[in-house]
Amino acid sequence: MCRIGVLALQGSFREHVQALTKCAVHAYEVRLPDQLKAADGLIVPGGESTVIDKLIKKYGFKAHLDHFFRAGKPMMGTCAGMIMLAGKVLGQDIGWGYINLTVERNAYGRQIDSFEQDIDLNLNCRKGQDFKGIFIRAPKIVKVGTDVQILGMLGKEAVLVRQNHVVACSFHPELCRDLRIHQYFVQMIKKNKRES
Amino acid sequence: MEKGTIKVKAGLAEMLKGGVIMDVTTPEQAKIAEEAGAVSVMGLEKIPADIRTAGGVARMTDPQILQKIMEAVSIPVMAKARIGHFGEAQILQAIGIDYIDESEVLTPADERFHINKWDFKVPFVCGATNLGEALRRIGEGAAMVRTKGEPGTGDVVHAVTHLRAINDDITRIANLPREELMTVAKELGAPYELVVYVHDHKKLPVVNFSAGGISTPADAAMIMQLGAEGVFVGSGIFKSENPMKMAQAIVEATTHFNNPDVVARVSRGLGSPMQGTVCSGLDEQQMLSARGW
Repeated sequence: MCRIGVLALQGSFREHVQALTKCAVHAYEVRLPDQLKAADGLIVPGGESTVIDKLIKKYGFKAHLDHFFRAGKPMMGTCAGMIMLAGKVLGQDIGWGYINLTVERNAYGRQIDSFEQDIDLNLNCRKGQDFKGIFIRAPKIVKVGTDVQILGMLGKEAVLVRQNHVVACSFHPELCRDLRIHQYFVQMIKKNKRES
Repeated sequence: MEKGTIKVKAGLAEMLKGGVIMDVTTPEQAKIAEEAGAVSVMGLEKIPADIRTAGGVARMTDPQILQKIMEAVSIPVMAKARIGHFGEAQILQAIGIDYIDESEVLTPADERFHINKWDFKVPFVCGATNLGEALRRIGEGAAMVRTKGEPGTGDVVHAVTHLRAINDDITRIANLPREELMTVAKELGAPYELVVYVHDHKKLPVVNFSAGGISTPADAAMIMQLGAEGVFVGSGIFKSENPMKMAQAIVEATTHFNNPDVVARVSRGLGSPMQGTVCSGLDEQQMLSARGW
């Protein structure tokens, strides 16, 4: 059975664990670097990126995460999690460089501008699907690098992307009951596990 | 595009979970809090311990101070409005504050009614000492609850009492047969639909933090184990001997609440916590957590 870790330093980790459990995989919380070893995949949840970044540095996670990434194990980041996975974050020295994106924190405005809007999903080459996008003090993808596939759009902006084994989105699939994005990620992990 | 929906209001509270919200009075303190790992800051003119000593009417903070705090940090900024004072809440919304705390720490502006929080796009957090009070606030539109301790005392006892009271009620209701729920709603003075939610989900419909009297990493770890989803620390940080160290330690203890080795490590050599006031020595007039109806 697949074991998927959810980084549980702060934020919406419980919702990710619940969503994964509904997808019939074993999900568990990761608070210390050693706990990464048992995982076939990792989700970095929404939360406050400044807090997650500080705790990552303080607890020496980075080398373990680099190892996880280089081993080709799938990773997914939502909202703050996308900021953590990104190659570049405007004006800030955070971002692990696992996906070729430039992102801007809080680019849609303060909480008062947080919003819900349907996005156009393009999973498994099936176009024309809607997905309820919940954007909370959301980061914006300001530049999509080469080799990055766009899997979801909000108007003309990319909001769900994938590069090889890394998926990132600027909204919160863990806050709605729709499991399609989690299922897509679980399929990636299962495929990766079969092939390695 | 829909803004100000309950989903995005309650969603921000979901993102703060497992974190520490710190009271600050200046942009400099806000930066220290952010640097220490605060998930959000609460902008105030005086911290609760000083409000207690100062006496007089405690009101909303000057918007200019709040705006300077908002400029100083990238994390969300909260501010307090007086219970029932929708005029103050309108001002806070107008300057773009991220969360309004309708708070018993300030002097209540209405002795019967709380703010109709559905009127606002900005989310509200409200205090509660029991399940009925929590569900009434949610019924009025609160998107987050904090169990009330006794603010500005540094004594965690009331935070524990009220969190246990809410959890006990949730457990009791979750185990009742459905036909009893209307009577429970009547007894609690709470909306029936929300009582049904608690029965079905074994939890409050919104995130519940703990506040009031938390002043050490051990306090934070205990209150998290009792089921709080995060903590507010008011006077506990900037009334301690070494605010930066204390703030960092409470942040780590909140994340690793279930790991006594980590909590022990971060608890060492912090200097004195705030001196505090013992809650049982307060008379009824001095009890802020009794405010709210």
